[in-house]
Amino acid sequence: MQGNEAVVEGAIRAGMRFYAGYPITPSTEIAELCAEKLPFVGGKFIQMEDEIASMAAIIGASLAGLKAMTATSGPGFSLMQENIGFAAMAEVPCVVVDVQRMGPSTGMPTSPAQGDVMQSRWGTHGDHSIIVLSPSSVKEAYYVTIQAFNLSEKYRTPVVILMDEVIGHLRETVNLDEYGDIEIIERKIPEDIENYLPYKDIENGVAPLIPFGKGVRYHVTGLVHNEKGLPTNDTKIAERLIKRLVDKIEKNKEDIVMYKEKGEKEGDILFISFGSTSRAVEAAEEELKKEGFKVGIFRPITIWPFPDTRLRKIYPKFRKIFVVEMNRGQLYYEVDRVVKREGEVENINKANGEFFTPCEIVEKVKERIKNGF
Amino acid sequence: MASRLVEEYFRKETLPNIWCPGCSNGIVTMAIVRAIDNLKIGKDKVVVVSGIGCSSRASGYLDFNTLHTTHGRAIAFATGVKFANPELTVIVITGDGDNAAIGGNHFIHAARRNIDITVVMYNNHIYGMTGGQASPTIPRYDKATTAPYGSIDRDFDICKLAIGAGATYVARGTAYHVQQLVKLIEKGISHKGFSFIKAMSICPTYYGRRNKKGSPADMLKWLKDNSIDINKAAKMKPEELEGKIIIGEFVNIEAPEYTEEYQKMVERLKVSVK
Repeated sequence: MQGNEAVVEGAIRAGMRFYAGYPITPSTEIAELCAEKLPFVGGKFIQMEDEIASMAAIIGASLAGLKAMTATSGPGFSLMQENIGFAAMAEVPCVVVDVQRMGPSTGMPTSPAQGDVMQSRWGTHGDHSIIVLSPSSVKEAYYVTIQAFNLSEKYRTPVVILMDEVIGHLRETVNLDEYGDIEIIERKIPEDIENYLPYKDIENGVAPLIPFGKGVRYHVTGLVHNEKGLPTNDTKIAERLIKRLVDKIEKNKEDIVMYKEKGEKEGDILFISFGSTSRAVEAAEEELKKEGFKVGIFRPITIWPFPDTRLRKIYPKFRKIFVVEMNRGQLYYEVDRVVKREGEVENINKANGEFFTPCEIVEKVKERIKNGF
Repeated sequence: MASRLVEEYFRKETLPNIWCPGCSNGIVTMAIVRAIDNLKIGKDKVVVVSGIGCSSRASGYLDFNTLHTTHGRAIAFATGVKFANPELTVIVITGDGDNAAIGGNHFIHAARRNIDITVVMYNNHIYGMTGGQASPTIPRYDKATTAPYGSIDRDFDICKLAIGAGATYVARGTAYHVQQLVKLIEKGISHKGFSFIKAMSICPTYYGRRNKKGSPADMLKWLKDNSIDINKAAKMKPEELEGKIIIGEFVNIEAPEYTEEYQKMVERLKVSVK
């Protein structure tokens, strides 16, 4: 199965019943498979006129009661940003898949890159928080997609699945039954709908979302709004709203973050990487181990919010930290923020449309430590 | 009548509205409310989606399921709502800047799909919320803050665009001819397919003042004196129609509707829909 295919399987398992999208490589298989499969599970597929409309349509569909998703790559992801901000502000659950390709602009279609790390966090304007997940295998793409829907429902937020071309197009043998029963979070309609306030902090920083047409009429807007959803210019309400939008994710970080660790718990080198790059890093780790180095790997699956609590616990036991990513250094900044000691975080970057080889990672590590740690 | 409609269909805590004295947005909004009331559609089943601009603020005042979206994108959001739950009556409130400029692409594609939503475009020739810049529907050589010497752009005939794009109900009314406007909106909502109603409106504050159109009453009177019914217009010469507003129904045809077509496809595939 291909990575993009695993996303569709995971989405349908999670209850996705609405897909709106616009063709763009390397994400197109996701749209094609949704068009093929959704009619058979009671779902809806629509090809929109552009990515702006795709993002708008999934927000509308989510408000009308269906779990909704779209998928794209860099140029389309840029177009979606304004409406991603709308979903964040209006707290509409939805899932956006960005199968990264090399940019900026049209870049090198469609070679792999991981250049959208910061865009996925800060691409839309204004203060907000967001959840971004990055799988590193086909199997994990399936699992992460299910969790993306769960988190988007639980926290009423857009969730970005930050794939890359390698994982999107990678074919691996997977056994999806391996995961057994995965909890699927569904929308709960509260009993007391008379006094329903769509923007009141009830659980996890949000109120349950009652779809349009269920007998509760309320307003949804991108303007600053009160608990009823009605626009206001009250600065106290504005302060409270923005704080809640950020806190509901940042304060529930420990519930949201996922990561994987491999190798030594202490030693010489700690690698930090995500997505497809971590596959090359794992091979590099084997190689360095053979040469006598003590190497550990920390792989965040949740990129945003960044699993900093965990990283703070493990990094002091290593002499040197290497952040490996297919860009000129983006997650590096976040790692550097967490690791306060100077000179310990190094980045290994590649941004030429070519995937990392384990050898070049090994070589770069050795080059950096040739004069000792 | 009006007070009952306000009582029943408006969120009174949101009133008074933000519109300037003399603005006709209230007239057009009330025409939409009257149409919904006449059709006796339950409030719970109506979704009003709007974009950004003066007219788009109407959604906040109305006691339906309301969605105030991003600039130009109301129809794309509405497409998602309608397609996800075709039982809902979906009405889009938009302005000429919102719909004819930034939202033009979504407008033509929704018309092409013939998805069953009703779009009411309040047409006041300018961007009111940002202070009176020229919109694509400003008459040629009229002035606006971004056309201080008169607009040299040709103005966009949005009804023709809607027809060309495949809309199956297209009409034009005015804020003066209220009874007719209510009927046109009623028919648009009842029509199965993409319906477009252009409501000629007045903005005395920006468009009127800059173009010396007189008081709000003068501007409404101008709409009265310069509008010609489509049936009467059919018998007139093109030169007699120069600068006139033709009002009435341009298109009212049946064609396959998008959400029904999807459902038919699903049935063809013989699947049991949950």
